[in-house]
Amino acid sequence: MTALAASRGGSALAGLSTALFRRPRLTLLLLLVPPLLWLGVIYLGSLFALLAQSFFSIDEFSGVIIREFSLATYREFLGNAANWDIILRTVVMATAVTLGCTAIAFPIAYYMVRYAGMRMKGLLYLGVMLPLWSSYLVRVYSWKLILAKEGIVSWFAAQLHLTWLLEAVLELPVIGGPSLSISYLGTFIVFVYIWLPFMILPIIAALERVPASVIEASGDLGATPGQTFRNVIFPLAMPGVVAGSIFTFSLTLGDYIIPGIIGQSTPFIGQAVYSHQGVAGNIPMAAAFTLVPIVVMGVYLSVAKRLGAFDAL
Amino acid sequence: MSVGPPPGTRAGLPLKVAAAAGMLFLHIPLLIIILYAFSTEEKSFKFPIPGFTTKWFGVAFARQDIRDALSLSLQVAAVSTAVALVLGTLAAAAVWRSRFFGREAISLLVILPIALPGIITGIALRSALSLMDIPFSFWTIVIGHATFCIVVVYNNVLARFRRTSRALIEASMDLGADGFQTLRYVILPNIATALLAGGMLAFALSFDEVIVTTFTAGQQSTLPIWMLSELVRPRERPVTNVVAVFVIAATFIPIVAAFYLTRDTQDVAGSVK
Repeated sequence: MTALAASRGGSALAGLSTALFRRPRLTLLLLLVPPLLWLGVIYLGSLFALLAQSFFSIDEFSGVIIREFSLATYREFLGNAANWDIILRTVVMATAVTLGCTAIAFPIAYYMVRYAGMRMKGLLYLGVMLPLWSSYLVRVYSWKLILAKEGIVSWFAAQLHLTWLLEAVLELPVIGGPSLSISYLGTFIVFVYIWLPFMILPIIAALERVPASVIEASGDLGATPGQTFRNVIFPLAMPGVVAGSIFTFSLTLGDYIIPGIIGQSTPFIGQAVYSHQGVAGNIPMAAAFTLVPIVVMGVYLSVAKRLGAFDAL
Repeated sequence: MSVGPPPGTRAGLPLKVAAAAGMLFLHIPLLIIILYAFSTEEKSFKFPIPGFTTKWFGVAFARQDIRDALSLSLQVAAVSTAVALVLGTLAAAAVWRSRFFGREAISLLVILPIALPGIITGIALRSALSLMDIPFSFWTIVIGHATFCIVVVYNNVLARFRRTSRALIEASMDLGADGFQTLRYVILPNIATALLAGGMLAFALSFDEVIVTTFTAGQQSTLPIWMLSELVRPRERPVTNVVAVFVIAATFIPIVAAFYLTRDTQDVAGSVK
């Protein structure tokens, strides 16, 4: 073996190769150490350091952070009714966005999987992927152009003599506002738009796993196409919907840019975290706030896992 | 695998309309951005645009702040992609070649930085930097970006590994190649397009990232940070429109390329962001 290796030249390398081959555990360790160091130490380390800081507190008068264990930050966080409003508002928005995404995503995915030919399917797939990967900010920005008071929606409403309808919508309590770009309705539309591809892709994956024989069997047993959809296809696609909702829900919970650009001035969780750590310099409070999306997502994921969502990811 | 169109059945009209409307909803805003880049209107988002001009492209490319931001973004994306390629491939190789305690946890650990809202990753890194008194620099941005780019490389390469027959590697060894020769002549050619696709997606992801970057950049301005500041406090709207078009073009090319590189395989790149 050594003679063979030496005859090939590079005997040192060959020797090393043999040494590694004989010690698979060592090879594994060498492979694992760099990514684990990066993700385990830098990333998880930072995450734990952040959560640990939620047990520090801030001195109200000097604004200095006291690095001692205390539950003062949590007491203040939970005791403030405004914080509960923020959490409620964000969770309601995330739920609405998830439902909106499902309603728009399902027909697209269903058409792609069941009816589109090979070429069309590839094209549609690319059509879903491009917005997913193209610039988040640019796509938010485009809605500023569309929803602004002098923007495209207003123009089309005027052309179609529907300005009264637009105004009626804007006068609705809660979701309305001075213009679409300054209303919850606008925020909702933009959230749905931005996260839509995250819902379409898992539904496609789930629908593709529905065997054709099951659908044929349902038809053979006398179900109408509508009954087959309701009782066979939709339940089997549910894991995909749940998988997609993990993205739409989590991304909405943590976003702080969209509601700041399109929407009213009332804060969402992401904005609250941002202002606590930035302007206020209150890292403990910001850390306590970040626990909310983590806890909500933890609960959500454990429910999703029971529903079999991870098989569709 | 796919259900495919059942013979003799066609999509009903409501389904077609709903699917087409959904696709239009996804794409019209991007077209509008392109339209507005040619608008002569400077102050507002007036529609329809009063006239066509290409002068803003020249204005935008002459601006030093935009050139600096673009150059910083490209450098960060290049270095982050390189780091992610190495770490993602190593992790994928480890998970593929052996079973070990905590193997399942690796996938979770890799996906966590994008599964948790970006603001959490960002604020965690920022507070860690400030706890350790590390000043903001080019490298602090790279640390953030590489962390969430690892997953796209990992997913692409692992998917390819899973379809690579172990018999190929055994054959290479049986024919007398050592571990490094097998790596060079068998493994790398096998995963080359997956690496390329993963790398391009990682590049696009980094080039566009804004949320984590706001926390790790300090006073530096990447292109998305520049755009964000223009969105919050608009100065020259037409210039912002032009930069937006440029960003669309710059992210489209790698994505389309990654799509075609992996199109013939079962797992198309980018299906999990």
